[in-house]
Formats: sequence, structure tokens, C-alpha cells
Amino acid sequence: MSMKKKPKLAVWKFSSCDGCQLSLLDCEDELLAVVNYIDIANFPEASRAFVKGPYDLSLVEGSITTPHDAERIHQVRRSSKVLVSIGACATAGGIQALRNYKNIKDFISIVYANPQYIETLNKSTPIADHVFVDFELRGCPISKQQLLEVVNAFLNGRKPNIPSYSVCVECKKRGTVCGLVAHGSYCMGPVTQAGCNALCPSYHRGCFGCFGPKETPNTASLSALWANAGVPKEDLVRLYRNFNAYADAFRKESESHET
Amino acid sequence: MKTGTVKVDYLARVEGEGALLVKIRNKTVTDVKFRIFEPPRFFEAFLRGRSYTEVPDIVARICGICPVAYQMSSAHAIENAFGVKVAGPLRDLRRLLYCGEWIESHVLHVFMLHAPDFMGYEDAIQMAKDHGDLVKKALDLKKLGNDIVNLIGGREIHPINVRVGGFYRLPTKQELAKLAERLKWGVEFAIKMVKFTGTLPFPDFERDYEYVALRHEQEYPFNEGRLVSSKGLNIDIPEYEAHFAEEHVEHSNALQSICKDTGAYFVGPMARYNLNFDKLTRTAQESAKSAGLGKTCTNPFKSIIARSVETLYACEEALRIIEQYQDPESPAVGITPRAGTGFGCTEAPRGILYHHYRVDDKGRILEARIVPPTSQNQKTIEQDLRQFVPPRLKLNQEQLTLQCEQAIRNYDPCISCATHFLKLEIHEDER
Repeated sequence: MSMKKKPKLAVWKFSSCDGCQLSLLDCEDELLAVVNYIDIANFPEASRAFVKGPYDLSLVEGSITTPHDAERIHQVRRSSKVLVSIGACATAGGIQALRNYKNIKDFISIVYANPQYIETLNKSTPIADHVFVDFELRGCPISKQQLLEVVNAFLNGRKPNIPSYSVCVECKKRGTVCGLVAHGSYCMGPVTQAGCNALCPSYHRGCFGCFGPKETPNTASLSALWANAGVPKEDLVRLYRNFNAYADAFRKESESHET
Repeated sequence: MKTGTVKVDYLARVEGEGALLVKIRNKTVTDVKFRIFEPPRFFEAFLRGRSYTEVPDIVARICGICPVAYQMSSAHAIENAFGVKVAGPLRDLRRLLYCGEWIESHVLHVFMLHAPDFMGYEDAIQMAKDHGDLVKKALDLKKLGNDIVNLIGGREIHPINVRVGGFYRLPTKQELAKLAERLKWGVEFAIKMVKFTGTLPFPDFERDYEYVALRHEQEYPFNEGRLVSSKGLNIDIPEYEAHFAEEHVEHSNALQSICKDTGAYFVGPMARYNLNFDKLTRTAQESAKSAGLGKTCTNPFKSIIARSVETLYACEEALRIIEQYQDPESPAVGITPRAGTGFGCTEAPRGILYHHYRVDDKGRILEARIVPPTSQNQKTIEQDLRQFVPPRLKLNQEQLTLQCEQAIRNYDPCISCATHFLKLEIHEDER
């Protein structure tokens, strides 16, 4: 290896389950090799060590849900040459964005006796709603292989090779029988971005949209197919509303079935 | 330090966002706050109106480190509401899945989050420079845990194969056989892991805790059992809320649990070990003994040994399940939704995880209540620090801070879990 200084990587957490940053520690076979090429400068889940910015690459997990975090993300952006948001929370607001469809005051009165001490915004929003994001890596959780690809690409100054086609393409590649056609299962594969290697269909269940909308998804057509099969409107709304509920295409489609 | 403050603004090597504040005046600890500032995510609120079929997938997202625990507690609670019992090989597969999660989560904590404290490193990557072989083998064992979850669950983070009633797809015997070979190595290495943790330097610190864990007549607890404590509590799961309460304190975004009669209590590997030693395998018992861990232990720093003993147990148990596995008739038992209330409590890697649901006749969630392990340990963590700090005031600020952090890491706190529900102040969206 040359004497060139190693690029500095930082990992930041906002509102999330920690699963996407855990993916980095779950790279058991690659982790010790990766640190030969990268200086992990800020990754509190893994280390007490803290190296000041600027950072060559920042991985940002989680959505923005508090006034404090809405400020903090700007500091992260200022200290990062390249900022990649990772996971459904960071790219679409995550499961906690289900609050965006409710009146937060109703939410509180249902669940909490004493609304005090705590600060929260009434919407959970993706990182790109607040600062410029160089790349959005989808998934709930993200794929380890795609994470390594993105880190590798940015550190080598190239575009990451992350397909934006649908889960259906992966099913065909694997040779999995189409559940939507053969068994009429609730499968979001046709409108969902690939990345999981069509995992759910290979486990005999329909895709439920972990990687968010694919490029140019025809959600209306899929909804019409389900509606013809007798799926009630209330279920149509729910199908689009889980981990990527606030992603544009899923949000609009779910709203079009709301009564 | 006579007067001063020990302050950590962002605790490292824990899951989620927490901080520590200890105030000292005239050699007396005047205040201890284990502050949780992880933002609220409101799972119990948005679960309302969702179908029971979606619950295991949704609650998994509370925690990326122990999603299986959330899936298990929720599936058991909903099955309880519907009057369904999952038994035989399907029950064994659930246990196997849980073994996988215990292995990956425990090894992560023992080697990557906690051991660096005992050995004087900032993290496991630095530790690997001097102890490369150990860290590499630890990563291999962690991977083995993850691969069990991968096979049975579909993927290691937020598995997709768990459903109310069982699974979507069953593993084949060939797939399981591959894991069995690696588990034999896993048992060998876990024995070394227990031995290694037994050689670490432990601070002199004991407290009279109330340990709380599940206890099952035949087995070391994962999914079922009665809730028992070292101070004589012995209840059925639906009685949980009659005996435990949650308090809200200003400095924490997670509610703090207490036992109504006795106050703070302690859940997790130490609690399970103390209350279920007799249910461990002989190998696990003997390993514990040779690592200097008695049948009971009240030094929380030794939780790293208990966690390793449980890792060994989980490897042996996974191997046993695979060797005795018979294909179930179907991947899941039939479910007919009915209106009712159900309770579930299982042993997450960090301790008991309680779920309570009320559902309507179509199986839609009307009400949900979830109590994760870390909110149950919060008060005990603060009490530990109150007792731990005074005899160590002669240490310099840096050493004292590090030791306080280490004392918190004894509990492997998962702050992301602890903070999925709380009180809040409304800020109108300014954007």
C-alpha cells in the first residue's frame, strides 16, 4: 500500500433501529480488511475513538424527527465531503414516518398520559429533505454487499453500481416462481426496488417493499390488479404503508386509496 | 476528585443514543443520570389498526440488533390471544432461531463492545492489532450466529420468515446439516471464550440485586416459562403488569421499570444465569466454574462471563436441535383470528421482553404495549453508578469516566429498543 493517507469514514445515527450501521459490523469477513484501507474516524456504536472532521465519506442512518436533529444534520453535512444516507429511515423517513399520516396530537393523547419533557417534530423525514445527499442507499435493512459497493465506489471516485430495477428482475434471475401470478399473493415486487435478491418470494411470501419504490413504478396498475382480486381499499392503503410509507410513489398511491 | 462532574455526552459502544452525568460535591455523589436522548418512534401508537399478520415484521424494526426477540414475543402474544399453541418441531425451530440471535448479539457485545474496556483499547479493531487471531475467531462465531438467523429467518437483520403460527418456509435437512458442522467448532471456541473472559480483571463490586428472568421446568429459558425473581417473585406472564410499573423521569426518553414491591431489578444474562444455572448443559456449567463464575454471582462486571457461558449454551442447544430435527408437517399452524387479549414474554439477549396486545375479531390490533429489557435495567444502572463512584473518587477524570462507561456496558444497553415509546413535547413542524 502507498503512504497515501487513508480516507476518513464517519457513521452518524438519527432516528432508527441501529440495524443499518450494524450491517457494517456484520461484514465479518470483510471488516478487518476494510480497515486496512479506511480510517474509521467516527463510529460511536463500535468505538470510543473520535477523530475530528472533515470526513471523506459519511454514512448517515436514521430519519429526522426532532428539532435538535434537524440542526445536527447540517453540521454533519458541513463536515462531510461525500454524504450517503443509508436505509429506509434515512432515505424515506422509515416506519416512524407512519406518524406523518396521523394527527400527532391524537397520537399522543392515545398513548401518553403526560406530554412533557420530550421534544419531537410531527413528521419523520428523510435526510435529503434537509441537506444535499450524494447517494441514497435503500433498504430496511440495507444489503451488506450494496454497502460495501457504495463505500468502495465513493472512495475510488466512481458511481456505485446499484440497480434501480424491480424485485421481479431478481426473481427471474433466481428462477423463483411468480407468487403474484401463480398464487395471487400480495407481492409488491413489481413496484419495489431490487437489492434483497428477491428474498421473500424465495421464502414463499410476497415482497413487502423493504427497498422502497423502484424507478418509475406503476403502482396504479398493481393496485388495480389487487382491487380486482377483491382486496379492500383499507388493505391497499396498508400495503403501501410500512417501512417506506413516506417515499413519494408509495405515499401518493396509498393516499389515492384513502377514504 | 472532590467536587466535579463525570460527563459523557455520547456513550460509545452501546446501541443507540445515551449520555451519562455524575455530579460529585465534597466527595459525595449528588446526582447520577443515565440519560437517554434517542428520539421517540411511537411503535405502540402506529401498531393500532394494523393486521396481526404484519406485527412481527413491524416490531422487528424496533431493534436492528435483536429483531428476533421482538418477533418471538409478538408472535407468542398474538398466539396467546388467539388460543393457539406452537409445539413440536416448529417450537424447536423458533428456539434455534433464538440461539442464532443470542450468539451473534452476545459475541458482538463480549468482543466488540465490552472486552476493549477490560483490555484497554478504544475498540475491537485496535484490539485486533494485538489479538488478531482472537478477534478473527470471534467474528467467525458471530457470523455463525448470523448464519443461523439467515437460514431460519431469511436474513440476519429484520428476518422475514417469522409469522404468527410458525414460519413461511422450512429449512431443509441439508441446509441444517451444514450449520451442524460449524456449530461443533462453535462449541469449541465458545469454551475458549468463557475461559478468556474469566481471565479479565474485574473491579471489586457487588450488590444485592433482584434478578428477574423466565424459568421453565425443562429448559434454559428462551420463549416460555414463568417469571421468577431472586427475591421470591413467581408469576405467570399475564400477571406482569400487576407486579411491574413504569416511571417517567425527566432526563430519559425511555420509561424506567420498577417492581412494585421491591423497586429496581436486573434482567439479562446475569439474571438468567443466576436463576437457571441448573438448566445449563454440563459443559456450560463446568466452563463457568473453571472461569471462576459461581452458581450465583452479584458482580455485574462478570456479566461478560455469563454472556459467554450463554453463548456456549446456545451453540450446544442449536447443535442439539439440529441433530434431533424432524420435519414439521407444515410451516405454520392454522390461525383463526378472534377478539381478545394476549401476552408474551421471551428472553431477548439483553433480558425479558414483554408484549401485550388487544385485538379485534378480524385480528386487527386495538392496543399494544411493549416493555424492552433496557428500560427495565435503567434504574439498576443508575443505582450501580451511585455505589460504584464514591470509592473511586481518587481516580483522575479520564479513568473514572472510562470505568463508569464500563459499568454501563455491563448491561449491554440497547437504547434504540428502550426508546420506542415515551412522552413528548409537540413542536409544530417549522419546515
